[in-house]
Amino acid sequence: MSARAEILADVRRALGVTGSEASRRRAVADRLEHAPQGTIPARGQLDPAERKALFRAEAERVLASVAEVASNADVAAEVATYLRRRNLPATLRAGADPYLAALPWQGLELAEGSPDGTAALSRAFGAVAESGTLVLVSGKENPTRLNFLPPTHIVVVAAGDIVGDYETIWQRLRGAYGKGAMPRTVNFISGPSRSADIGRTMQLGAHGPRELRIIIVGGK
Amino acid sequence: MNTSATPRVGLFVTCLVDLLRPSIGWAAVRLLEDAGCTVEVPPQTCCGQPAYNSGDRNLAKDLARQAIDTFASCDYVVAPSGSCAGMLAKQYPGLFAGDPAFAGKANAFAAKVYELGQFLSDVMKVKAVNARFARRVTYHDACSGLRELGIAKEPRKLLKSVAGIELVEMAGCDRCCGFGGTFAVKYGEISTAIADEKIANLKACGASVLLAGDLGCLMQIAGRLSREGSGIEVRHFAEVLAGMTDEPAICRPKRTPRP
Amino acid sequence: MNAAQFTRRAHLALEDKQLQTALSISRDGFTAQRAAAVARLPEFDSLRDSARDIKAHTLAHLDLYLEAYEKRVTASGGIVHYARSAKDANDIVVSICRRHGAKLAVKGKTMIGEEIGVNAALEANGVDPVETDLGEYILQLRGELPSHITAPAVHLTKEQIAADFRRAHRDLPEGRDLTEASALLAEARAVLRKMFLSADIGITGANFLVAETGTSIIVTNEGNGDLAATLPKVHIVLASIEKLVPTLEDAAQLLRVLTRSATGQEISTYTTFATGPRRPGDPDGPEEYHVVLVDNGRSALLGSEFAEVLRCIRCGACMNHCPVYQSVGGHAYGSVYAGPIGAVLTPALVGIENAVDLPNASSFCGACESVCPVRIPLPKLMRFWREHAFERGLVSVRQRLALNLWGFFAKRPALYRFATRAAVRVLAKIDGEDGRLRKMPASWTASRDFPAPQGETFQAEFARRKSMGRRS
Repeated sequence: MSARAEILADVRRALGVTGSEASRRRAVADRLEHAPQGTIPARGQLDPAERKALFRAEAERVLASVAEVASNADVAAEVATYLRRRNLPATLRAGADPYLAALPWQGLELAEGSPDGTAALSRAFGAVAESGTLVLVSGKENPTRLNFLPPTHIVVVAAGDIVGDYETIWQRLRGAYGKGAMPRTVNFISGPSRSADIGRTMQLGAHGPRELRIIIVGGK
Repeated sequence: MNTSATPRVGLFVTCLVDLLRPSIGWAAVRLLEDAGCTVEVPPQTCCGQPAYNSGDRNLAKDLARQAIDTFASCDYVVAPSGSCAGMLAKQYPGLFAGDPAFAGKANAFAAKVYELGQFLSDVMKVKAVNARFARRVTYHDACSGLRELGIAKEPRKLLKSVAGIELVEMAGCDRCCGFGGTFAVKYGEISTAIADEKIANLKACGASVLLAGDLGCLMQIAGRLSREGSGIEVRHFAEVLAGMTDEPAICRPKRTPRP
Repeated sequence: MNAAQFTRRAHLALEDKQLQTALSISRDGFTAQRAAAVARLPEFDSLRDSARDIKAHTLAHLDLYLEAYEKRVTASGGIVHYARSAKDANDIVVSICRRHGAKLAVKGKTMIGEEIGVNAALEANGVDPVETDLGEYILQLRGELPSHITAPAVHLTKEQIAADFRRAHRDLPEGRDLTEASALLAEARAVLRKMFLSADIGITGANFLVAETGTSIIVTNEGNGDLAATLPKVHIVLASIEKLVPTLEDAAQLLRVLTRSATGQEISTYTTFATGPRRPGDPDGPEEYHVVLVDNGRSALLGSEFAEVLRCIRCGACMNHCPVYQSVGGHAYGSVYAGPIGAVLTPALVGIENAVDLPNASSFCGACESVCPVRIPLPKLMRFWREHAFERGLVSVRQRLALNLWGFFAKRPALYRFATRAAVRVLAKIDGEDGRLRKMPASWTASRDFPAPQGETFQAEFARRKSMGRRS
């Protein structure tokens, strides 16, 4: 018997089942099909303006910094100001996101390549107000490594993509990738990297970025 | 169950109170009688926790059967201990879960068990007591009472009705004192380290008297305080509620007070 | 280390000033942080019920969810391996490494990896496993086991860590100031960044496996596990079979209680959902994605009275709130899993005869159960182990005799009243008027006085007053 068959047999023996009981199979199929929601905190169940405000407050609570701009045309100026204030070079590592590429980047340069040591720019798939969480998905548009390697990570998110809770993100992912499928990597990011492993004092920039800058576009 | 105006309460006095500090039992009797109960003390030994927590389930069941039969004729069973009341009310049913012949009896018994403060407050609706104790006190939430029976407000509410009393809260009032029954003897060193945490919080809160509802915890805290020569007094809250504080505090001298 | 020497190690831990300093720093932090997070979320207890129910449902249907999960992993291009034992799991990991000629593996934090000893297996086969969680990395330098699930190096001070770095990092200039935690972090980050960029294999654990999508979920604050899952060309997920949850919705319920219970965070900094290997057009991600599903005793637990322990999501709240753990630290337990959860799991892994102290060294204060996000009745399960130990004669002769003697009297109320009345009178005489006993045979009086009996048993006095027609 294979290890797989042995483990399944051991589990079934422990449960006192055969694995072919129709009621059990139906219970599992139903749950996988309908994905019932459990308890969803009331905290994020807000209208769009309040939701954006909650997202911002929660993100700042976990030490991200947040800027809001009125439109796509204002993103570059906000990024440039941030980089200047941080004394960072005007070159950003980024993927091949057509949305980002289409923004007017006067004076700034987006380049592909290793973000080890430079600032990087990504566009979020969405964001969750409940916990101030950005949601990024892998792919050539926004490579996953940009989320972890640079010391400074700048993430653009559309105000309309901020949702109340994780469950709404699942619905959007199912819409985009199909039921039962997922992008290779989905990253929930809530603030900059940190560690409290030394003497229980929190330090930012453990392995990932020390700074997380969020730019919310629109919704004003 | 007898629902007449004077309920018959069986006092489960607990083995520790029976042997070491009967004054807690007398305080309980007075409080129950003042609240309008008839108090009975049928011949009893122990709730069985030492056996139950040492893994001797059979002995625990024997003692549980004995206790259940002993108090069969009482309307209520009241113990001046959250730990023993927790054993009677929350653990007995589980002991007989696989014994349909006795399970019903155990469940019915469990339903009439109360810890003293809880019984006075929730069943007899006692709002205030007639006692005076002009001291700054703090209350330690003994673990079983707090987490098995959910007792926290009741004793505090009753204590606040005592004339002259000042009730202050200590940090970590809901943390274990390190007693834990046989744990205190089998792992004496760890038990003592835990007591020292409790005592540090006790000293920081500025109370001169610590009160709690379990003699086990009280022995642990008083025993450690006494060993270090602290002047903080330790008593069961029932003694204060009943106005019976003439008896020296736990581990304190009988006649000549220490300087 | 082994779990059989608990008392001796507990004694050493209580004497260890440095350890006590480290524990005192962490002691109040964890509980206050959790309490604050719970206070901010009115639905917390409802989420705990939900979390408990999801895990219970999944365990009751584990065979079917394993099959569904495997199907989704395979569909996304990943490979699922099954390992009944620690050895089988290590063999699978080693063979994957061999096939790739791997020399260096970067590791995210994995408790199952600690449990099966995967590092030793890798080292024995020429693969250098490097822990990348800062705490785990420090422990690896020291050759120690983690002392805590979520804060593995909680028992160490900054000064100890600085000394470890000076010893292990050969390129470190002598004059480098390592007094601040930030300097220590920068040093570790620089050393480990090189490892991430050159490793052949990334090994992570999984907080959850999602049957609906074939996804493995890890939760980190540092971003280390996430890099281990992204940069090397092979990603191996080590997970025990009880990590399954049905759907993404279910995972969200559990994530909400996990981080709040663990560190008081609303959510961890990074929650990473990995599904299969690199897709066409992906500029990064592993070329191979393996999941090693480990049983190592779980299926046996599933059929036992300990099944509820399989709900555990490894948050560490039970140890953060345990007075015993907080006094002696994690190493006293001599096992990968410390604290109340270790007291239940370790005997299952190594046999109760090798860990009889662990479920016994608890005051049964119940704090663990009261904070457990999946409502595992830990004291009840510890008591079950005590019953096993008692039945198998693993308690000392002295203890058994004492219990039998006490039981003999306790079962005979009349005899009991007679004997205790006599004993109490004698004891009350011994102390004179002092009110306390300073020396008794049992270990109580080594550190505490014992209250002298007031002189007469309550029952005897009650009977006397009753016969005289008087009450109180």
